[in-house]
Amino acid sequence: MTITIEVSRLGLLYDKSAKALDDVTFRLEGGKIYGLLGRNGSGKTSLLSILASFQQQTSGEVRIDGEAPYENERIVNQVCFIQENGYLSESFKVRDVIKLASDCWPNWDADYADRLLNQFELPAKKQIMALSRGMKSALGVTIGLASRAPITIFDEAYLGMDAPSRYYFYEELLKDYMEHPRTIILSTHLIEEVSDLFEEVLILDKGKLVLQEEADKLRSRGSAIIGPADAVDQFAEGLTILSEQKLGGTKSITVFGELGAEREKRATADGLTIGPVSLQDLFVHLTRKGIGSDERKHG
Amino acid sequence: MFDDRSPIYQQIADGIKNDIVSGVLGEEEQVMSTNQYAAFYRINPATAAKGFQLLTDEGILYKKRGIGMFVSPQAKGMLLEQRRARFFEEVVDKMAAEAKVIGIPVMDIVKRLEQLNGGEEQ
Repeated sequence: MTITIEVSRLGLLYDKSAKALDDVTFRLEGGKIYGLLGRNGSGKTSLLSILASFQQQTSGEVRIDGEAPYENERIVNQVCFIQENGYLSESFKVRDVIKLASDCWPNWDADYADRLLNQFELPAKKQIMALSRGMKSALGVTIGLASRAPITIFDEAYLGMDAPSRYYFYEELLKDYMEHPRTIILSTHLIEEVSDLFEEVLILDKGKLVLQEEADKLRSRGSAIIGPADAVDQFAEGLTILSEQKLGGTKSITVFGELGAEREKRATADGLTIGPVSLQDLFVHLTRKGIGSDERKHG
Repeated sequence: MFDDRSPIYQQIADGIKNDIVSGVLGEEEQVMSTNQYAAFYRINPATAAKGFQLLTDEGILYKKRGIGMFVSPQAKGMLLEQRRARFFEEVVDKMAAEAKVIGIPVMDIVKRLEQLNGGEEQ
């Protein structure tokens, strides 16, 4: 049960001049765990809330399973959108929220929801207003997981949880995804903890899509090179340099792009050390000064 | 969990190769599934599958339809041959270069190797 998401030339204006989203185009095949990465204010939440029919775009098109999602009953209950400080009514009890969610999503698994509530130590009788930030987050991810919606979106939803709860969430997410394959989108600016969960990554910056790529491939496109400054400079010719640092006669640079076997061989001969770059570091470099905009790539 | 020096799928493949060479995984033995690997290392199953793909491409593992992945009968022999071929370049040459830099005479190295070897034969 995989549903394709197609986004074409999507734009969203806050007012006449401020663009929250600017000409965003991509296609998600579905059935994968996607990472949507962007700095604060990059347009992640705007994009996701359009996918979830929480708001409508100003221009462009969204197709989910071939149809426009906005006010489309067939699509709306296929998409579960969990935000960090959601839409939960403060006077409701945990039990009421769970009941409401079970009515919303056709694939709801009540036993699974109970198990998660139990694990997160969320008392059914407690009112939402009496929950801590971490407990509210835990309730959000419980709903997201138990919804088993074909498209489940976690918009920084787990950031309020403490480390043990977050790790439990990652484990559950992976386990449940493997048992019930579906499209999962995790949006975050804190990447280190979750980067190994992604199959594909999209990076948004200032409302534009910087890149969409398979996570393993993206990781392989970044390299850190350290060695004597002259040799490093020579090596870097023709490569996209994301960052550089100098310490005495030693220089360290981060480059983006395939190095190729020939260049790698030469590096070793020249006394250079080539190391990997984490997704977190690549993300920081690619979104720092808009360097990545030349590398823009659709689908 | 991973050393971050090479892609995760490469490390998974290398781990399985090590297990085959050391005998932890025998010929025709079944390997854990990609999902088990994914859950254990907390990584995307597609990443784990990529490691398995490398190994099937090299003929180290083979797939039994609907059952899982198994170690090829020729896997250990192939891996040993590969490692022997790389041994002098990757291990001995590096050691010789390091010895030269820090001033250890070749004869000292030879003596040490003879000692080690002698110890093993007794």
